[in-house]
Amino acid sequence: MRRENIIKLVALVLLVAAAVALSIKPLVDPVKGILLGLDLRGGVHLVLQADQDKKGTPITKDDIDKAKAIISNRVNDLGVSEPIVQADYDKKRIVIDLAGVTDPDKAVEILKTTAKLTFRDPQGNVVIQGDDLKDAKGGQGQGSGFVVNLTFSSDGAKKFADLTTKLVGQKLGVYLDDKLLTNPTVNTPILNGQAEITGYDTLQAAADHAVLMRSGSLPVSMSIAEKRQVGASLGIDSLHRSIQAGLYGLIFIFLFMLVFYHLPGVVADFSLIVYALIVLWVFWMFRVVLTLPGIAGFILTIGMAVDFNIIIYERVKEEIRAGKSIRAGVESGFSRAFVTVIDAHVTTFIAAMTLYAFGTGSIRGFALTLGIGIIASLFTAITFTRLVLRLIVGISPKMKTTWFGVRREV
Amino acid sequence: MQTGHAATYEEVQKIHPLYFNIVKKRYWWFAISLLIIIPGVISLFMQGLNLGIDFKGGTMLDVTFSKAVTQASITDTMKSVGLEGPVQLSNGNTSALIRTEALEETKRNELLAALETKVGTYDKTTLKEDKVGPAMGQELTRNAFYALIIAMGLMIGYITIRFEFVFAISAIIALLHDVLVVVGIFSLFRWEVDSTFVAAILTIFGYSINDTVVIFDRIRENQNKMKRGETYEDMVDKSVWQTMRRSINTVMTVLIALLSVFILGGQSTRIFSLAMLIGVFSGAYSSIFNASQILVEIKTHFKKKPRKGGKAVRA
Repeated sequence: MRRENIIKLVALVLLVAAAVALSIKPLVDPVKGILLGLDLRGGVHLVLQADQDKKGTPITKDDIDKAKAIISNRVNDLGVSEPIVQADYDKKRIVIDLAGVTDPDKAVEILKTTAKLTFRDPQGNVVIQGDDLKDAKGGQGQGSGFVVNLTFSSDGAKKFADLTTKLVGQKLGVYLDDKLLTNPTVNTPILNGQAEITGYDTLQAAADHAVLMRSGSLPVSMSIAEKRQVGASLGIDSLHRSIQAGLYGLIFIFLFMLVFYHLPGVVADFSLIVYALIVLWVFWMFRVVLTLPGIAGFILTIGMAVDFNIIIYERVKEEIRAGKSIRAGVESGFSRAFVTVIDAHVTTFIAAMTLYAFGTGSIRGFALTLGIGIIASLFTAITFTRLVLRLIVGISPKMKTTWFGVRREV
Repeated sequence: MQTGHAATYEEVQKIHPLYFNIVKKRYWWFAISLLIIIPGVISLFMQGLNLGIDFKGGTMLDVTFSKAVTQASITDTMKSVGLEGPVQLSNGNTSALIRTEALEETKRNELLAALETKVGTYDKTTLKEDKVGPAMGQELTRNAFYALIIAMGLMIGYITIRFEFVFAISAIIALLHDVLVVVGIFSLFRWEVDSTFVAAILTIFGYSINDTVVIFDRIRENQNKMKRGETYEDMVDKSVWQTMRRSINTVMTVLIALLSVFILGGQSTRIFSLAMLIGVFSGAYSSIFNASQILVEIKTHFKKKPRKGGKAVRA
């Protein structure tokens, strides 16, 4: 019994040490590791608000979709890894996160200008403006493949008729801003203002282009409602500072537990390492973006994760003082403390969830870390801390109660 | 101490060298709380909070120049492009924190260009910019308010189910105490609040109740084991002391974590960690000294009622 437990304990320590050593590399990998928010590596966060025009025409969901399509298109050109472009239909907004963008000023410059659709002849002269296009829709072609159907306004139809008569057999370039979208050949003159661009392999590809063409003809005016820009080296500086804060916090909590709880304190410190490892892997698994408030939240949960240990140990001490053996004390202390901990942590969890539901941006990141931290600390305590404590008290029935911080006066 | 039995009141008193009757002195604790809250609340009504751009809207630029600069040179440059606002220098006068109205991109570029030519070159890689439109700020305040109300409702619900309604009310009063202390102190000292302050308030809301619930849990346990002749006051006092070590040690570890963020974490998380530090401290105080005493106060008041209609109990 005794030797077996010691072997198990040593194996456990080695296992955790190995897990830590093996985890560091994949977790901090710049590409596949934990995602860092723009406040930790520089970048820009933009909230674009669609503004109503002077006539007060309502902004539709379709308008927002078009704007989103255009913006995504431009963002992809910026070459940022994992850019985020989200549409908020209720508030008529588009949220853009570009973490790690090298020149944020330029990125903003590119994103804020309104897209413009133009048709150009082979020489590159603008022959028709986007406003002349009434609609563009993706659909099934007559033969195989998919098409974009274009409908021109009456003015546009006339211009298009002249143009296609002139350009039969030549290429007509469709540009979004200065980027060539598609380059179809004019087969016959089109006189009725109904054109068809063929040659798409999928309906999705045709629909995507249709959205972009429609958008060019119907620009929603957008203004920057919120902008947060962080220089790259400032972000790295923040990252280093937070890591340092986390390390010192951890070290002092380790010492505190050691001084006040002796042997169980060591178990608590050990559990804390397992806890931190679990949380970081959960971040990695669910692609949680770590932000500055997120790290602050994580450090805070380290402080809170110890709480479970403290509640248990205090309870165990009481049970031992009341005359129970260490082993019985640990068992009853554990089961009794568990009720306490659940009740106490559910309330904190409620706060974290409401914060997540109502928060925006980095506050959300904080709420998420807090929530994950609470669940992970419960999990660690139930599984790991309990196992280790059981193994330790199983080593010898004559263990000194002072190891548990109890002086038994007889 | 051979057989396992629940600790008696006397034993609990003996274990703690610094024992004193917390419940009996409850009016003192309430007074101390009021002494801190009332000036804060007055300040809140008189001057409100020092709201940052996250709430009011505006642009905030954190510019690090390559050499020391003067406040006047920046203010003059701002005036030259038709802007005004407070400027704070730090880092041996090389870093400038500029606050002004929410700037359009063209205006913002104009200002930065003017700073570059008139004040000095700055480091683009450490530039930090926050721009918040006025509508966004209102939204933040509104959402924070909703979040508080909803969290409060859910907590009352949960504690009522797990404990009793009276426990829930006592806990929420203690929680509001902590929120008022933090908001009051921030108002008194005119510390600027940003969106992370909202997160801090909500976390305090969630965390401080954690402390309270642990004590209440013990009261719930002891309440069921109450013997004849034992008063509710004594039982609560015993419960508070039984959980005292835990209350103090947990707060210590959380304070250690927060202090390291406050000292080492840098500018961006300073407001957050400061609010949290005050809140956690206040939360520990209110959990130990207020929540259970409010419970005692309510319980003893309501206990008398049924007796009134019955036979007169007189010595």
